[in-house]
Amino acid sequence: MKADVDPAPTVSYRPELLLAAGAAAVLVVLLLLPLFIGLYQTQLLTYGMIAAIAALGFNLLLGYTGLLSFGHSAFFGIGAYSIAFLLRYAGITSMELYLLIGVPVAALSSALLGYICVRHTRIFFGILTLALSQVLYGLALKLFWITGGTDGLRVARPTLLGGLVTFTGRDAFQRFIHGYYYYVLAIFALCVIVMWVIVHSPFGKALQAIRDNETRAAFLGLRIPRFRWVAFLISGTFTGLAGILWAPLNGLTTPDVLYWPFSGEIVFTALIGGFRNFTGPIVGGIVFTYLKTYAVATTEYWQLLLGVVLVLLVVLLPTGIVGALVAVARRLRPRERSS
Amino acid sequence: MSILVIQILNSLFYASVLFLIAAGLSLIFGVMRIVNMAHGSLYAIGAFVTAWMVSRAIAYQVPIGLAFLLIPVGAVVVALIGAALEPTLLRPFYRRAEEYQLLVTFGLLLILEDLMRFLWGGLPLSADPIMDLFPSIRIGGLIYPGYNFVVILIGVVAAAGLWAVIYRTKFGVMLRATSQDRRMASALGLNVGLVYVSAFAIGCFMAGLGGAIIVPTQAAVLGMGIDALVLAFVVVVIGGLGSLQGALVGALIVAFVRTVSIQYFPEVELAVLYLIAAVVLLVKPTGLFGGA
Repeated sequence: MKADVDPAPTVSYRPELLLAAGAAAVLVVLLLLPLFIGLYQTQLLTYGMIAAIAALGFNLLLGYTGLLSFGHSAFFGIGAYSIAFLLRYAGITSMELYLLIGVPVAALSSALLGYICVRHTRIFFGILTLALSQVLYGLALKLFWITGGTDGLRVARPTLLGGLVTFTGRDAFQRFIHGYYYYVLAIFALCVIVMWVIVHSPFGKALQAIRDNETRAAFLGLRIPRFRWVAFLISGTFTGLAGILWAPLNGLTTPDVLYWPFSGEIVFTALIGGFRNFTGPIVGGIVFTYLKTYAVATTEYWQLLLGVVLVLLVVLLPTGIVGALVAVARRLRPRERSS
Repeated sequence: MSILVIQILNSLFYASVLFLIAAGLSLIFGVMRIVNMAHGSLYAIGAFVTAWMVSRAIAYQVPIGLAFLLIPVGAVVVALIGAALEPTLLRPFYRRAEEYQLLVTFGLLLILEDLMRFLWGGLPLSADPIMDLFPSIRIGGLIYPGYNFVVILIGVVAAAGLWAVIYRTKFGVMLRATSQDRRMASALGLNVGLVYVSAFAIGCFMAGLGGAIIVPTQAAVLGMGIDALVLAFVVVVIGGLGSLQGALVGALIVAFVRTVSIQYFPEVELAVLYLIAAVVLLVKPTGLFGGA
């Protein structure tokens, strides 16, 4: 059981130090990894980190607030399409400008959709998010003279760091993959830190209180709809940011990222890593990216494989990879179980 | 004028199929409290199985009149699949959180979609000879396929039949009792497990029937189930999840709105439908007829 009442600061600072050391070690590994792995693996890892950012945002709602969104493709798609629009209609090619404009757009849309969606919980929340995301899908599909329809919109390689790093000429692709990897890594690290701070702040604790017992939280004087709304806003913004980072890497954005099965993939990502853990969605993002890539590469019936994995996961490993590892670690060290 | 008549008939035709899908979805939710994400795929299986059987039958020179009888067979096949799925895959999840139920049916959706790809390949499968079985009807100066009337009729009969089963039979009483209070029903000696299997199988039968009757007019293609599911969601959200009348009214609303928007503003047809669903959820979260 998690001790959710007693803050016990003297006990918790040591594991936090350990955690920081662990995170730093992971960061160093991620920094050095492109020197040892091939271009393709670097690219895959970038996709993985982007999926992790999306899932991290999604999990603020599912894991910490207890709301299952089946429409997070909307924010991913808004992120991806907003930069495609910036390129096509404003001729902007700078990644920083994409982020500066795209992130507020994602935040604004999350605020708007969230304002509508948080009036409901449980299954209705899921269906409402799904329905609203499909409004966007319908528009992206049908307004083809703006969005390119099913063909989507091309997204050229942007310039990084205010035009200092450009990708033209020889070895452009190789340099882009490497440069972009570190760019995404920096943003990914920042996202992890920000999300960590959010979920460990009083705000994050309030969300968890609402998740665990809405009535009690209301009696404590928490304004529940507002907390849910802010959580939705942050969640959508993170997923939107992932969409912004994804589009240049993919080179193309299509309505597929707005279609609701893509929302299902985001749910899948959080679940495979474990949505009751902070690190779960991060692990999930990387694992899911590799799983899907290899499933697609090895068999035509990759959906079948993913479906079987999903069902098995829900049946056998409901706490995900990280949850299972934590359980194993606890069993190996029984003296800490009481804490 | 005859255009108007034809558009109304088209709407009724479409409403009939939508009702079959949505009523099954609603019935399953009403009794078992599970939102079956794989419901659209079951509808697609109904379409594929029927189209496949009809094309086999025609290849073996079976008269087309007999091939028409394969439509209910296709629906029964889907019902049997449902009867096999409920105890094996869904039953372990009734005590778990809603999220897991949603995820397990989403997993099922992925599996079923690829099974269809595996079994029938990526090519469309059609059963249009059945359509020729029924003479075309002249409306004003226009020709309208007679088969569409059959579909509308089947929709009406299915709605009446389902209503009769739920409100006029002993089984219907058991169904409603389980839906209202599962534990109480169980305490009174009802075999809740059996009620669940039957409800799920009936829901699947309806979806399968929807697929089976639409396949003579349009070929079975991969992905049709995923599109149908979201439309069925729209229907049950408008009408109210778990309500039979709601599914009927919702299907009619969606079908008419769709026909009108295809006529006047085809670009935003999908968006308009989802928007209506979102507005209904905002104004009356339980839908027009929902109580739960």
